[in-house]
Amino acid sequence: WAQQGTVTPEGPRPSHTYKVVLLGSMSVGKSSLAYRYVKNDFRELLPTVGCSFFTQILELDEATVKFEIWDTAGQEKYQSVCHLYYRDAHAALLVYDIANKQTFSRAKLWLEELEKKFLPDEIVIALVGNKTDLAAEREVTTEGEDFARTKGLLFMETSAKSNHQVNDVFMAVGELWHGSSPFIVTEMLLPASPACTTP
Amino acid sequence: MAADVHKKKSWEVPNGSLAPGDGQHAERSESPTPGLAQGTEPGAGQEGAMFVHTRSYEDLTSPEDGAAAARSPEERRGEPAEQSSMEQISKDFSELSTQLTGMALDLDEEMRAGKEGKLEPSPQTARRDSVLSGKEEEDVTMDAWRSHRKHVFVLSEAGKPVYSRYGSEEALSSTMGVMMALVSFLEAEKNAIRSIHADGYKVVFVRRSPLVLVAVARTRQSEQEIAHELLYIYYQILSLLTWTQLNHIFQQKQNYDLRRLLAGSERITDNLLDLMAHDPSFLMGAVRCLPLAASVRDAVSSSLQQAKAKSLVFSILLSGNQLVSLVRKKDQFLHPIDLHLLFNLISSSSSFREGEAWTPICLPKFNSSGFFHAHISYLEQEMDLCLLLVSTDREDFFTVSDCKRRFQERLRRRGVQHALHEALRTPFYSVAQVGIPDLRHFIYKSKSSGLFTSPEIEAPYVQEEEKERLLGLYQYLHSRAHNSSRPLKNIYFTGPRENLLAWVTNAFELYVCYSPLGTKAGAINAVNKLMKWIRKEEDRLFILTPQTY
Ligand SMILES: Nc1nc2c(ncn2[C@@H]2O[C@H](COP(=O)(O)OP(=O)(O)O)[C@@H](O)[C@H]2O)c(=O)[nH]1
Ligand SMILES: [Mg+2]
Repeated sequence: WAQQGTVTPEGPRPSHTYKVVLLGSMSVGKSSLAYRYVKNDFRELLPTVGCSFFTQILELDEATVKFEIWDTAGQEKYQSVCHLYYRDAHAALLVYDIANKQTFSRAKLWLEELEKKFLPDEIVIALVGNKTDLAAEREVTTEGEDFARTKGLLFMETSAKSNHQVNDVFMAVGELWHGSSPFIVTEMLLPASPACTTP
Repeated sequence: MAADVHKKKSWEVPNGSLAPGDGQHAERSESPTPGLAQGTEPGAGQEGAMFVHTRSYEDLTSPEDGAAAARSPEERRGEPAEQSSMEQISKDFSELSTQLTGMALDLDEEMRAGKEGKLEPSPQTARRDSVLSGKEEEDVTMDAWRSHRKHVFVLSEAGKPVYSRYGSEEALSSTMGVMMALVSFLEAEKNAIRSIHADGYKVVFVRRSPLVLVAVARTRQSEQEIAHELLYIYYQILSLLTWTQLNHIFQQKQNYDLRRLLAGSERITDNLLDLMAHDPSFLMGAVRCLPLAASVRDAVSSSLQQAKAKSLVFSILLSGNQLVSLVRKKDQFLHPIDLHLLFNLISSSSSFREGEAWTPICLPKFNSSGFFHAHISYLEQEMDLCLLLVSTDREDFFTVSDCKRRFQERLRRRGVQHALHEALRTPFYSVAQVGIPDLRHFIYKSKSSGLFTSPEIEAPYVQEEEKERLLGLYQYLHSRAHNSSRPLKNIYFTGPRENLLAWVTNAFELYVCYSPLGTKAGAINAVNKLMKWIRKEEDRLFILTPQTY
């Protein structure tokens, strides 16, 4: 991750950039999750064309964290292009729709794709079952969590519509990256380094 | 798979399509009167054009494009060759007026007879809903389905459904089969256009291997115009896939189901069909500019020009379907058709309103073999100003994103934001500004710049069907003026509801609608006055000083 030092009255204030990509089938709610997280709102969005890019800046006590969020269209014709966007990603949210079993199967395929591109500790992957507000139509039950456990993924269920655990997902991937990364050591050893590249 | 443009070294693409194909500007000086020499007409750019020079829609159907408009022998026989053109036109017009009225009556009847007691108010509502719910596809056996005025189907040469404007392609498979049989029956050569007329319907086929496009229309458009719309649909599909990829796919597998690749983009095609029914840009093969004081526009263009990057080819600022500014790489010309496709892409998705989009896009008239990468974003929330930065490098997102930031910073520094906001509050002007009492509406196109201007459509064309009727009249005038066998350069028609005039020269095209009370002498007088007004206002209505990086 990119790290920059900003000087504040209290001294240098580190700032971190996280690149997070949203992956998953069409209409599972990727754009809605991004929109909820960035704007804290939910509205009917028309399907994404290509990729969308959002930023969200968090002023935490100890640092400024900038989330760069890549939202992909999830359509086959864009796949050749979108793989570029998860290339340097710190975290990937693999989203499926809990009311649509097929989208869960697709999420597994996305994971295979990711595993080809990244070493296990290069990227934080979270499996996200969205649309929990549609509990009555639920098609994916414990499989989600089970699968996540066997694959060592972070797991969370969300609803962009009713704002259930959306913030938490983004915070969790941020923290997990921060905590598990050997990079944190490097960072402490090299506090003056203006911009460290991704491991 | 499709080669990215940026992969190609420099701009030498094999088919040479990066260079504007048809020797523009060559005929400028030798253009004869009447009227003005091309390049000196109102709206002509002072330093050359922004666009590839086109001859309106012939460019789409011209032989070098592989197509030849051909009419069925039946129809040709039915047309008395001796009849003078003016007589024919006047007959057509009275027919047209009544037919169009008749159409409204028919719809009324169907509305009463229809099972659910209503007809869709607008065709797009149906699809929008079906996209959102994913469930409510139209039942093809319903009366409503049959009553749509124009059906459009796209199928592969193997007869597989690719797109249908109304209702699911699946349910239409049998219909598609019949069409395929018809296509193979009708045509021997590739890239042909054929049509059948039956029972108040026109069925127009356009074959662009590996696709076949079919329209079943009850509109009064000529088959040339319907074919023109079908070609737009074809180019729309190319803009998503590239010609190279499309062909590659079908070479690999003849009965490939293209819907898989096009999933999620049907609404872009739907939107294009709706847009073509309302916006004269497509008919004129030209682009309309947002009326804007020249000083403001120049400041905007300079800001765009300065916010350049190596990989940028076009920087385009637009509002609705009107162009605010376009800056291009030197020696690279955009084709109006490609710009129309970009307009359509943007108006078809609200997703561009949030964040920054980065999407591969093929501009088929510019280069049908590769993708560009378009950075699309709105300048400010709740303001209808969309910035489109077209880059050759898919890796260049952050550089291009920074161009946007720099552009906005320059706009601020030049202090033109307020003026821009003001201009956006009145994106259309009233015909009353011209000061000709009998004048109701007009379309004026400068041929050398590829730009046109037209006032807001006002009373009595308030109702949607009245607006469409007016566009229908223009369509008719246009098709007569461009009829390949008997083009007419001057047409005047007096009707019960309006008088119309068309004047087509080498330099410009003008279509005027008057109240039915005026005289021919008055109309001609008014044209002179109108031309003077356009000349006076040209630096506000057109982009006279296009810029390059
Ligand atoms: N009920 C419900 N619907 C949702 C939720 N998130 C998204 N949607 C709907 O699902 C559809 C697809 O959402 P979108 O964000 O465009 O999905 P994307 O294609 O993955 O980006 C839209 O109609 C959304 O309104 C959710 O949490 N609950
Ligand atoms: Mg989306």
